[in-house]
Amino acid sequence: MRDFGDLELAEDCAQEAFVQASETWGVTVEVPDRPGAWLTTTARRKALDRVRRASSYKTKLEELETRAKRGPERSKAGELVDEQLALLLGCCHPALNLEAQVALTLRLVAGLTTQQIASAFLVDEPTMGKRITRAKEKIRAAAISFGPVDRDVLADRVGAVRHVIYLIFTEGHASRSEDEFVRGDLCDEAAWLASLLIELLETDVESYGLHALILLTDARRATRIDDDGIPILLEDQDRTQWDRDKIAAGLASLARAREIGRLGTFGLQALLASLHAVASSFEETDWPRIVRTYDLLFELDPSAVVALNRAVALSFSDGPAVGLAAIEPLRPHLDGYVYLHSARAELLRRLDRAAEAVASYEQALACNPPEAERRFIERRRDGLLDGP
Amino acid sequence: MKYALLIYSSEAAGPQTEEEMMAEMPQWFAYTEELDSAGKNLGGEALLPAATATTVQVRDGKRITTDGPFAETKEVLGGFYIIEAADLDEALTWAEKIPASPYGSIEVRPVMEIPGA
Repeated sequence: MRDFGDLELAEDCAQEAFVQASETWGVTVEVPDRPGAWLTTTARRKALDRVRRASSYKTKLEELETRAKRGPERSKAGELVDEQLALLLGCCHPALNLEAQVALTLRLVAGLTTQQIASAFLVDEPTMGKRITRAKEKIRAAAISFGPVDRDVLADRVGAVRHVIYLIFTEGHASRSEDEFVRGDLCDEAAWLASLLIELLETDVESYGLHALILLTDARRATRIDDDGIPILLEDQDRTQWDRDKIAAGLASLARAREIGRLGTFGLQALLASLHAVASSFEETDWPRIVRTYDLLFELDPSAVVALNRAVALSFSDGPAVGLAAIEPLRPHLDGYVYLHSARAELLRRLDRAAEAVASYEQALACNPPEAERRFIERRRDGLLDGP
Repeated sequence: MKYALLIYSSEAAGPQTEEEMMAEMPQWFAYTEELDSAGKNLGGEALLPAATATTVQVRDGKRITTDGPFAETKEVLGGFYIIEAADLDEALTWAEKIPASPYGSIEVRPVMEIPGA
């Protein structure tokens, strides 16, 4: 059995990085009266980046590496990968359940405290603590390795890491939380983890795709909800408030992905996000290209949800009647899916079929959407009821 | 005939604490010794709790790895013996004597004989 000191050491590293980051942040970054919590989050992020490269963290990582090198499996040259990647792969090992993978990644790689992770995932601290403890017990008892990974399984294992990062992002981007629809802290963690991943895997097309997708989507963060916390439709968002730096970084990662190879599902979704990001207005959006991109995505992921999104795009390139016709055959497959009903309602509204639109909004509400979306749908429905 | 005696029990049943486990150990040693001296013991192991299990399936040539035991049931496989017994009745007698039988279940399974192997 492997020396389970590896895990403790990894945890030490994360803890130390976090503590030092908080200190560095306090000393070197001007926290004061700048608006927007994301600024301070970014500051912490940057500080954390620095510290992660700093000496004491490196020393510990080297110790981790030395320990791993002593293992017999280190003998085969050319099969070894970066220790930090190994840590990430270990946290996302498929022998751990998904919840545990997410919690461990945030704890050991991103350096969040158990309390922070608990509040991010809307559970109390003891529950999250138990989840992490159980995961660590399994790591020890079953001897899950935090050491090097063979190249032949690397692709599969990295897929699990991307999945976990994407889950962290989606939880931040459209939270199930009652009082906060967008959780910027989680979006930041996901963006940072994705940037770590592309730093570690410089030729992995899908990791670049994921990084691009997160940044290009997150660039819209400031414009996605109104003062009441209710989502704002893409067509009504103030594009001047989109984050140009994130868009530029996202486009750069997308370009890199396309240089490396054929885009996968994350890369194609990033391409979709980029077409919105570069459009000067909703009307100027290249809808035919978006439809074609959804066609490519559907080839890789032939799901009803992708078909639904394609139908919505089609409604903007070819008109709402065409979009609606494309949605109808999906209804049996997505009957419990809130977005099917709300998308259908929007198309019926554009076709001036108000009564049917109201009925479709009602069906969307019956799917029990998160609080913020429920209020959004009610507002759209009530707008029709008041009528012109 | 070879038999596998598979020891299932709820993890909430039987000894729970370190002390209780230690207190039960002499029974296991005595049982194993009895099997040994009868020349019936072909091997066996005690297993760590089901929470440490990982299940592997290959579907369409792809490995699918999941956390946990194959079947999420209350009674889980805790260990096993492989014994030599003349017939099932003898195997059942040995099964009955297993220290976990009062709070668990012992599944007795004949071991497949591979011709020529």
